[in-house]
Amino acid sequence: MLRLLVLFLTLFIYGNASARKFTIGKNGTVVSIKDALKIAAEGDEIQLLPGIYAEGEIVIDKRIILSGTNESILDGGHSASVLLIRSNGVTIRGITIQNCGYSDIREFAGIRLENVNRCIIEGNKLFNNYFGIYLANSHHCRILNNRVEGLAKTETSSGNGIHLWKSEYNLLVGNHVSGHRDGIYFEFVKHSSVISNFSEKNLRYGLHFMFSDDDSYRYNIFRNNGSGVAVMYTRHVNMDHNRFEYNWGSAAYGLLLKEISYSRINNNIFFTNTTGLYMEGSNQTIVENNDFVKNGWGLRILGDCFDDTIRSNNFRGNTFDVATNAVRSMNVFNSNYWDQYSGYDLNHDRIGDVPYHPVSLYSKITEESPFALMLLHSFFVNLMDQAEKVVPTITPEAFKDDSPLMKPLRNDTY
Amino acid sequence: MRKVLKYVIYDVFRSKMLIGYTLLLFAMCSGMYYLGSGDSKTTVSLLHIVLLVVPLISIIFGTIHYYNSREFIELLMAQPIRRRRILLGEYFGITFSLSVALLIGLGVPIALWDFSESSLILLLVGVLLTFIFTALAFLASVRSADKARGIGSALLLWFYFSVIYDALVLWLLSSFSDYPLEKPVLILTAFNPIDLGRVMVLLKLDTSALMGYTGALYLDFFGSGAGILYSLALLLVWLILPLIFSVKIFAKKDM
Repeated sequence: MLRLLVLFLTLFIYGNASARKFTIGKNGTVVSIKDALKIAAEGDEIQLLPGIYAEGEIVIDKRIILSGTNESILDGGHSASVLLIRSNGVTIRGITIQNCGYSDIREFAGIRLENVNRCIIEGNKLFNNYFGIYLANSHHCRILNNRVEGLAKTETSSGNGIHLWKSEYNLLVGNHVSGHRDGIYFEFVKHSSVISNFSEKNLRYGLHFMFSDDDSYRYNIFRNNGSGVAVMYTRHVNMDHNRFEYNWGSAAYGLLLKEISYSRINNNIFFTNTTGLYMEGSNQTIVENNDFVKNGWGLRILGDCFDDTIRSNNFRGNTFDVATNAVRSMNVFNSNYWDQYSGYDLNHDRIGDVPYHPVSLYSKITEESPFALMLLHSFFVNLMDQAEKVVPTITPEAFKDDSPLMKPLRNDTY
Repeated sequence: MRKVLKYVIYDVFRSKMLIGYTLLLFAMCSGMYYLGSGDSKTTVSLLHIVLLVVPLISIIFGTIHYYNSREFIELLMAQPIRRRRILLGEYFGITFSLSVALLIGLGVPIALWDFSESSLILLLVGVLLTFIFTALAFLASVRSADKARGIGSALLLWFYFSVIYDALVLWLLSSFSDYPLEKPVLILTAFNPIDLGRVMVLLKLDTSALMGYTGALYLDFFGSGAGILYSLALLLVWLILPLIFSVKIFAKKDM
């Protein structure tokens, strides 16, 4: 072990001593980046002085560091990808990258990584690119504190902010993504973490992932995206301490789950979404300690979900707490706080003595015939809901919380 | 007509009921703003109040006033005044007073707390509902000489528009949910002034996103400038038709 450490240190020091540094620009040692890349050796640093560099597609096939200030602008001139990384261990730091090409066939990106390991993309600004940062079959990379901004107009003509395909063990921290099709997109991505990112005003989803098992999403904010966040066909996902907010529109969701299993969704805030959490075909998933506040539908859980546990959540100010098309409930609700609960607590154990039925009659009817929504907020509908609450006859009897809380929980949310 | 109008307004403003109505509206609305969060949820709560209380009070107040001033109306008939003018004078006297009550009771809290487009539409809907349901009250009153019967049928009208109609609509929509219901939904809305008013206000609120496809349909139809004019025109039809009928009946009526 010690010998290994010594070897490592020697290599480290040796590597550092031999690394050269090129400055690029009018007053630099080399004029163009491509020339510098030709003469650079592994481990060298290429530093961009402030200025605009329009050199077309730049292919990095050596383990170098490319750095600059935010005034160092790489302009792709709308032709192809701006930076194409094909070597392991490349670091791209503090550069502004803009105007990559658009193609219907190829997925050009501001920074595109292909089949590489251990790259670091840190503190860059990406502006008006088709795809922002694109990882294809790349592993152990870190995408840190980048600002990715697109000018997407239609879903078909725009790409994703940070796009990962078939990549493992990657880390995304502190990025800010806006104005793309999907803010962050994962497909076949395993063992990766998405932490403290901010994804807003994207056309479709703030976060979109499919077939990406064993990932975790923590402390992110997904705000005001076209249709919220969608996660599909995935197992073993942890989503905690996120904020899903202001995803408002006739087909918008705070968080949409489709075929998600063995996952945990805890300590999140769902605030002002048309549908806070939408669950379709999800099973063995635990939804715990979340706050559902001021949503149209707090939770929509379809009949093909089973063995899910919904416990210790707060439901406050939602138009409909829970909607379902199911007749029987194969999921467990317990110990949630429901602000529309009107029961009592005789023995003062802070648990209501009568069960709460979160599915209102009207929400059941509208689930079956959506046109009945024309009567939203009408006197008759309110009357009917109250009557049903007193004597439940039509709403699914099994959909109930046997131990509703009298006071809201103080959930540890972000 | 102007003299009749003046006298009716003078008469109505002296009644305690109008003052009570104003105070009730004011207390409920300012209470909503005071306790509520002051966003669109509060407007929705106010919408509930306006859609329930305004038609009810208008229709009850209209009928009661008509029957109570029967002797005065008979006295006026002995004078050289056209019958149409007498009835219209009574009608506009009442609607004017009730609208003033509404503008104070609802308008002042709105102006104080939430002066927005949706609240103004709500106020407009409230005024229109006052006019419509007073017209319906007059229609019910001129048709029957018996006071109890008149009030009864007026109440039935209110109950029909507030509850029965929506129940029928819900039944229709859920039994025919397999059919394309785009057009029927729009037509069904037009046939009830309360529903029409509710949709007009909801479309101005972000709550309309909850209505999903139906909301998009409504927004497409009622949401544009032409759509608002169209729904206003529909509400005016709801006002004018009962009024014309009651004037016609009143003109030929054997007192």
